[in-house]
Amino acid sequence: MLLASLLVASFVIFAATYLAPGNPIAALSGGRSLPPSSLRILEQRYHLNAPFFAQYWYWLSNALHGNLGISITLRENVSTLIASRIWTTAGLVLYASVLILVFGIGLGLAAGLRPGVLDTSTVVVTAISAAIPAFVAAIVLILLFAVRLGWFPAIGNGTGLVDNIRHLTLPALALAISSLAIVARITRASVREEGEREHVQTAASRGIPGRQLIRRHVLRNAAIPITTIAGITIASLIAVAAVVETAFGLNGLGAYLVQAAQSKDLAVVQGISLLLVAAFVIVNLLVDMLYAVLDPRVSLGSRAT
Amino acid sequence: MSTGLPVAAIESIEARQPPLLPGVRATGLAGIVSAAIIAAATFAAIFGPLLAPYDPNLPNLSLAWVGPTGGHLLGFDVQGRDVLSRLLVGAQTSMLGPLVVVIVSMITGSLLAVVAAWRRGAADAAISSGLDILFAFPGILLAVLATAVFGAGLTAAAIALSIAYMPYVARVLRSAAFRERSQPYVAALEVQGASATSICFRHLIPNMTPLIVAQATILFGYAMVDLAAISFLGLGVQPPRADWGVMISENQTGIPQGYPLPALAAGVCIVAVVIAFNVLGERLFEQAQAART
Amino acid sequence: MSEPTALSRTVGPAAAGPGAPLLQVERLTVRLPVRGEMRPVLRDVALSLRPGEALGLVGESGSGKSMTARAIDRLLPRGAEVDGEIRFDGRDVRALSGAGLRQYRTQVAMIFQDPRAHVNPVRRIGDFMTEALRTNLGVPAAEASRRATDMLEQVGVGGGARRLRQHPHELSGGMLQRVMIAAALLTEPRLLLADEPTTALDVTTQAEVMAILDDLRRGFGLGMIFITHDLELAAAICDRTAVMYAGQIVELRSSALLHDDPLHPYTAALAAARPDISRTAARLPAIPGRPLSAFEAPADECAYAPRCAHARDICRAAVPGLAEIDGGLSRCVRAQELRGKLGAAGDG
Repeated sequence: MLLASLLVASFVIFAATYLAPGNPIAALSGGRSLPPSSLRILEQRYHLNAPFFAQYWYWLSNALHGNLGISITLRENVSTLIASRIWTTAGLVLYASVLILVFGIGLGLAAGLRPGVLDTSTVVVTAISAAIPAFVAAIVLILLFAVRLGWFPAIGNGTGLVDNIRHLTLPALALAISSLAIVARITRASVREEGEREHVQTAASRGIPGRQLIRRHVLRNAAIPITTIAGITIASLIAVAAVVETAFGLNGLGAYLVQAAQSKDLAVVQGISLLLVAAFVIVNLLVDMLYAVLDPRVSLGSRAT
Repeated sequence: MSTGLPVAAIESIEARQPPLLPGVRATGLAGIVSAAIIAAATFAAIFGPLLAPYDPNLPNLSLAWVGPTGGHLLGFDVQGRDVLSRLLVGAQTSMLGPLVVVIVSMITGSLLAVVAAWRRGAADAAISSGLDILFAFPGILLAVLATAVFGAGLTAAAIALSIAYMPYVARVLRSAAFRERSQPYVAALEVQGASATSICFRHLIPNMTPLIVAQATILFGYAMVDLAAISFLGLGVQPPRADWGVMISENQTGIPQGYPLPALAAGVCIVAVVIAFNVLGERLFEQAQAART
Repeated sequence: MSEPTALSRTVGPAAAGPGAPLLQVERLTVRLPVRGEMRPVLRDVALSLRPGEALGLVGESGSGKSMTARAIDRLLPRGAEVDGEIRFDGRDVRALSGAGLRQYRTQVAMIFQDPRAHVNPVRRIGDFMTEALRTNLGVPAAEASRRATDMLEQVGVGGGARRLRQHPHELSGGMLQRVMIAAALLTEPRLLLADEPTTALDVTTQAEVMAILDDLRRGFGLGMIFITHDLELAAAICDRTAVMYAGQIVELRSSALLHDDPLHPYTAALAAARPDISRTAARLPAIPGRPLSAFEAPADECAYAPRCAHARDICRAAVPGLAEIDGGLSRCVRAQELRGKLGAAGDG
């Protein structure tokens, strides 16, 4: 069950405090020396004198109430720090998801339903694009569209909604490219495969007209693997966003996570990790539910392997 | 994978796809080119330091960003170091990291898969549930967490990635292991009194070898991408050490300034090697499928 | 239910009906692209069917029997080349397209071999059954559902409206095949093409489904082409039986006479090869060699000659044509000579 995953994941995240070399205080302070008053606050807040699992419990219940501790480096509530950055990341992931769904599935459908030049070129292009990591795509896109053509800005968030979207375009594209290619390939393969299935023949033998045949029997059935792969790739965006945000200098959770990891600001790392893992688990859960809706052979909780 | 892609789902669908480059399959051109690229990268990984014409780590700021001239085929990078030399030397970490990740995750994954398939029942349920839980962690996230705890570096990142990949490997191999397990020859060997370990290691696993090799090949590509990304973020291989991911990060500032070559060169290396491994892996996977039927 | 073998010998050919045949196939030749080459799968196939008549089409794998049905139903794979004539009710089937083709399809229904593969697993039974009615015949949904439940009763699948809401995976293979039969009959076709409808089922279910199919067919007065590899089965429910080998029809005969007085050595061999429960034998008789597909068959001699115990030089001289003998057709040049020597009484 994915909720169990979440629980175990949160435990692992929490346990990081103890895995770090040195004692928990050192981990929480990032190895900095702190005045005694701060030390006492840390002890109290993290219940460091309580047994291990009690500490875990305190941490988790605090987290669920929105209290994720304090950033050592910035001396602010982690929750506040997260809240100010979450929309960048959410916007980026959403934008990339839309690109993947619209162009990935669209391209896959066009190639799958029509054998010909579009099809063969799609296979080749997607084969190559699928292997392009987000950060490589980032620099190529910056080079082409920001530097050479000047169509989109290269760095930063921008101000105001429209400007934000402009600034997010290249990052979203970099994030989406490899997943888009994969979704397109799988869509194309699924449509092809479903088209060859015997039950489509049966419907054809009963005189169901072509367009209806495709819609009700080929696409409807192909929707199952297509939705699965789309859902899974979108879930993966959550983690890869960090790379893209760093490359484009975006002020998002991922970039902040990386900075916090480098400066050993453990509370921030834990807080953001927890949030990202939760998001990942939730998206996967939604994919599972959608799968169960689309495929009547499957009951909730089991995804066909 | 940090891309979170279940290898099983993709391979099961992609295995039924037409060849990568239609029409070229007959001559195996894609396969030959891929093999050549992999061979070149491996060669560079082993002999890079010997082949590098110039010192990859010697900065010379007066030469920063200078383009290809004389013996410097790819010009200079942000700190005035020879790009080609850095690429050659960088091949070491860029290839070694993924190798370690693949070896560790394949070994642990295979063992878990075989144990689950052999013992079946409760052991299988426990292992499967455990693996399902591990799926919640995208590779990159685990690597970031690891570096926050243990400090930045290739080791922490590689171990974290191995742990993140293991459930995927185990899941794919588990179904293959189950298939092998239910073959008649296994029962025949059991009846003859062969021990579980000997059956597993001398028969079960060898019969799964084509699939294991194919899986490892494809996994190498993913590991390379993820590790390069982690190094790009500054959490893996640390600058000024040469590594393709690090090189992209270091030389990124050159792009808006009009000096894209160093960053691009490193990017091309990564993409070329990853594509090569993907192509090879797909071929091997198809062969493994064909051998089974 | 009726015992197939007991019934078989007493049913003669359908009473000669007035007017034109329902289906007429002449000189049907089909080639398919295989790895870049066009290969023949059917050569010069000819048959005709009167309204309400059942014709069995028997042969081994690769004989072309399925292909024949698909050609008639215009379900051949992309790239297929078709020569010859197919006439349904006098109209040229190959020339149909669009609305005309769809209308043809309501008149000709096909039942396939593996119901699990041939019914969309994602859609409900009701949807499967009523789709053609609603789309092609404009029947409103409620009325279509009512007809579907009625037809399900007739094939022995109870449960009414609830059944319509179920999904294919909730039904057993036998029930699903009955559903397929019911669905085929809903559009009130005049010709049924049954492609090995019971081969994928277990033996007991086979008998049940066969009985239902036979009953309903006679009840509705439908023509049927029944494809199978089982000679006895075809003879049991079909008025006439055609035997195919290597993409050609090698014998066409009234079923009653086929077993005792075959006109082609292959038919005799098929009949003899079936293990007989009542006899004991030291060895099961088998036909030496393996069945040829149409594209492997030589172009200038009898395709069966290499495996035939009665082959002579004359058989290798040219491809034999279909000749009429005593009300039946045979492609054996030596048929007249061999009469009486083939069959259960002869040396097979």
